Amino acid sequence: MANSFPFSLVTPERTLMRFDASMVILRTGGGDIAFMAGHAPFIGNLEPCVMTVTTSDGETKRAAVHAGFVHVANSVVRVLADIAELPDEIDVERARAAMVRAEETLMHSNDAGVEAALRRAHVRLDLASTRSGNGSR
Amino acid sequence: MAGGQERILRRRIKSVQSTKKITKAMELIAASRIVKAMARISAARPYYEELVGVVRDLSASSGLPHSVFLGTAPVADKKGILAITADRTLCGAYNSSVLRATERQVQAYRQVGKGSFLVAVGRKANSYLKYREVPVESSFTEVTDRPVYDDARRIAAPILEAYESGQVESFDIISNRFYSAGNQRLEITPLLPLDPSKFGSREDIQPLDFEVEPSPEAIIDPLLRIYVEETIFAILLEASAAEHAARQRAMKAASDNAEELIKTLSRVMNRARQDSITTEITEIVGGAEALGAGSKVIDESYLLSYSNKGTAGA
Repeated sequence: MANSFPFSLVTPERTLMRFDASMVILRTGGGDIAFMAGHAPFIGNLEPCVMTVTTSDGETKRAAVHAGFVHVANSVVRVLADIAELPDEIDVERARAAMVRAEETLMHSNDAGVEAALRRAHVRLDLASTRSGNGSR
Repeated sequence: MAGGQERILRRRIKSVQSTKKITKAMELIAASRIVKAMARISAARPYYEELVGVVRDLSASSGLPHSVFLGTAPVADKKGILAITADRTLCGAYNSSVLRATERQVQAYRQVGKGSFLVAVGRKANSYLKYREVPVESSFTEVTDRPVYDDARRIAAPILEAYESGQVESFDIISNRFYSAGNQRLEITPLLPLDPSKFGSREDIQPLDFEVEPSPEAIIDPLLRIYVEETIFAILLEASAAEHAARQRAMKAASDNAEELIKTLSRVMNRARQDSITTEITEIVGGAEALGAGSKVIDESYLLSYSNKGTAGA
C-alpha cells in the first residue's frame, strides 16, 4: 500500500541498487532520517551507517555506506556513497581485525583517520551481524 | 655454401615467428582488456551524472555558494599539471605524446613566468621526467592498468591540497581520452578551478527549494572535492582504456609487420634453396657428363691401347 519511488545507490565504481523503494533509512550529519515517497527536495551529507531500504514489495535490504551524499529531488532518492558494501561482501575477519587495531591506536592517540576507520569497522560488523538474521541480501 | 645461407634465413624466420607469437598474444590480451575497461567506464558513469545532478540542483535552488574551487583562479606563481602515462611501453605513441605535451606545457608556463607543479601518474612519466630533471611533486605508479576509485582519491589529495593552500592557481590534466575503440586523442583537460557553467541549471529543470543539511556553504566544498576526485577517476579510466587500445593497435601493427617479414624472408630463403638445388643439379649433371665422357675416354683409350697391344702382339 505504501507509495514507492525510484531509488538508487551508486558508488564511483558501480551501481549497487536501483529499484523502486517505499522507504529508505540512513544517517546524515543531522542524525538518522527516513525518506518516503513525496519527501521534500533534500541534499545532505552521509555519515557512515547501515542503510536500510524497504523495497516496493516490502522486502528489506541493507548496505553499509561510508561517507557520501544523499540527494532527493522530484521524489527520486539517490545515494552517492564513496564506499558501499552489500552484506555478503563484508569480510568479518578483516573488519574485526581493523576494529581491534583502531581501538588499540585510539588508546594512546587521537587521530581522526583512525577514528573514521573504527567507525567503518563498526558499520561493517553491524551489517554483517544482520546477514544471517533475516532474508536480506 | 648455399646451404649455409639457407640455414641463416631459416633461423631468422623462426625468430620472427616467435616474436609474432608474442605480439599476437599481447594484441589479444589488450583487446580483451579494452572491453573490460570500457565496461568500467560505463559502470562509473551513473555516479558521475548523479553527482553533477546534485551540484546542479544545489546551484539551481540557492545559487552556487562561494567555494575556493569555483570560478576565477586565485593568483599564484605556479600552475599544476597532472600527466597520465602508462607503466609499460609497447603502446605506440601513447606515452611519448603525453610527455611531449607535458614538456611543452611546462615550457609555456615558464615563458609567462610561472612555475609548474607536476603530478605524474605512470612509471613512464616518472622515469622520463626524472631523467630530464623536471621536478615532480608527487608520483604514482601501478595505477593505470586497472584504476580503482581509491587511486583517484590518492592522486587527488596532493592536487587539492596544493590548490586549497594557494600554491597553484590552476590544474590541468594531460592524458589520452578514450572516445571509442578506434578513436583516442591526447587532450589537455582543465581540472581546477572548476567551471561553474558546467553545473549551470538547465531550462528543463525546475528549480526546487532544497532542504540542505548541514548548509549549502558547508556542503559545497566536500561535494566539489568529490567532484574533482571523480573527474580524475573518470580520466584515469579513459586513459586505461586508451592505453589498452593503443597497445592493441601497436601490437597488431607489429604482428602484421612480422607476417610481412616472414613472407619476404621465406621468399628469399626459397630462392636461395632453389639456387642451391639448381647449382647442385648442374654440378651433378656436369659431373656425370664429365664422368661419362671421362670413362668413355678411358674406355676408348683403354680399348685403343688394348687393340694397340693386340696389334702389337699380333
